[in-house]
Amino acid sequence: MTSRKIVINFPKEKINQPLVYKLIKEFNLVFNILKASITPDQEGHMVLELSGENTEKGIKYLKEQGLSIEPLSKDIKVNWEKCVQCGACVSICPTGSLYIKDRKTMKVEFDPEKCIACELCIRPCPPRAIEVHY
Amino acid sequence: MKTIAEINEKIKKGQAVIVTAEEIIEIVEKKGIEKAAKEVDVVTTGTFGPMCSSGAYFNFGHTKPKIKAGGGKAYLNDIPAYTGWAAVDLYIGATALSDDDPRNKVHPGEFAYGGAHVIEDLVAGKDVRLTVSAYGTDCYPRKHLDSWINIKDLNEAVLFNSRNAYQNYNVAVNLSDKPIYTYLGTLKPKLGNANYCSAGQLSPLLNDPYYKTIGIGSRIWLGGGIGYIAWQGTQHNPNAPRLDNGVPKRPSATLAVIGDLKQMSSKWLKGVSFIGYGTTLNVGIGIPIPILNEEMLKYTAIKDEDIVAAVVDYSVAYPTGKPEVLAEVNYKQVKSGEIEVNGKKIPTSGISSYSKAREIAEDLKQKIKKGEFLLTEKVADLPSGASTPAFKPLNERPVSKEE
Repeated sequence: MTSRKIVINFPKEKINQPLVYKLIKEFNLVFNILKASITPDQEGHMVLELSGENTEKGIKYLKEQGLSIEPLSKDIKVNWEKCVQCGACVSICPTGSLYIKDRKTMKVEFDPEKCIACELCIRPCPPRAIEVHY
Repeated sequence: MKTIAEINEKIKKGQAVIVTAEEIIEIVEKKGIEKAAKEVDVVTTGTFGPMCSSGAYFNFGHTKPKIKAGGGKAYLNDIPAYTGWAAVDLYIGATALSDDDPRNKVHPGEFAYGGAHVIEDLVAGKDVRLTVSAYGTDCYPRKHLDSWINIKDLNEAVLFNSRNAYQNYNVAVNLSDKPIYTYLGTLKPKLGNANYCSAGQLSPLLNDPYYKTIGIGSRIWLGGGIGYIAWQGTQHNPNAPRLDNGVPKRPSATLAVIGDLKQMSSKWLKGVSFIGYGTTLNVGIGIPIPILNEEMLKYTAIKDEDIVAAVVDYSVAYPTGKPEVLAEVNYKQVKSGEIEVNGKKIPTSGISSYSKAREIAEDLKQKIKKGEFLLTEKVADLPSGASTPAFKPLNERPVSKEE
């Protein structure tokens, strides 16, 4: 079984269609909505964690419906030029995607796979090195 | 026994043995104090963290006709600079904010750009907008100036920080039931996290706890360039309680430092924003410690587990000035990512960067190796000992309505 986190961008004319419903009904997918911002007559964004046998087929279906799909890892980026390597984010991050593995060097690392794009780290980062890209 | 002059001779000949304050720990474990003290000449330290009492002054050059900013108002990228000096000298402090910054009107405020960011931009070689309004005199008739300036055109640009490199610091926690926003970062309610701010075993003053070699006039690595210790820092408090190894358990000595901003780097002078608190400057400092004898070697071999800090509640105890300490923890514990306070395990975060402190200690080591950085004798001691006046709070004498 494969699990993937994706960012779905809905064009405004697709907002009224029950596309996510189809993912359950026709592809038997399990999903967890990590984030959603959908308003009538506006472009919408949704972050989904999808799992099930037909994950890839489900994603293909959404693309065919005219939605743009990106892997979630693209969304939160650490600007390492700006990062001062303090580690203030590490105890804020609820999923451990910002972490220090090597306690000798105390280097802060980022694992996009674990990131749920909750954005809790954005403002507490003193050099504002964590960026959200949609 | 070695002298600084002898060590400098070895550096010039490329024969000096220089190691970082981290490397010396292993060397001492392998060889012992006596042998290590003979072999090693210099131990380099480093720290990179937010230091609010930081700023820069410069002379922007006379205009034609002349203007006297002194007594008037000046702004750099909209951030107010201090003008209470002669005609074209300005000082910009790290925590300065633009007049129309919303600050904490919507709490917690963003504090996206302040004096610290102006300093970073200047050092990075970016153009900065200078706006001056003056009252005009016979000798300085001009009243307004609005011009781009660049660090390369300034006559002098000097970093001058009145309090840096704190010898040890508090570990901050929050006992209240709502999040708080402090200069030690965002603290989650009910002991949700603990933030510390020291380079521990790499921290300059923790490696020379009695300031035997570090003193006024010492040459240091500052912001990626060369600087000097100008004086003891403000709030210098050498009489804080100490462990048997000499290391103070509470925030203790501080340094005032100075150096040519023009040869520094924006990598090591970074404007940072603490939500709900304000802006401050991350300053990189490295200090070489000459191994004059076994005693100095012993000090520099200090390990994280031998340095203790106080866990302080920043929701009530700190803001109200209560000297309450919840627990004492060592830096090995805080750097492990978790400490225990009041029976609760809480995740820790650094505010000072250990990995950048390592880079600084390593860079200073390389510079000394190449002969680009020589050690200095201190010119005068930092105050220490029982005769040093205690760091005290304000004796507030409220002014009556009639006065």
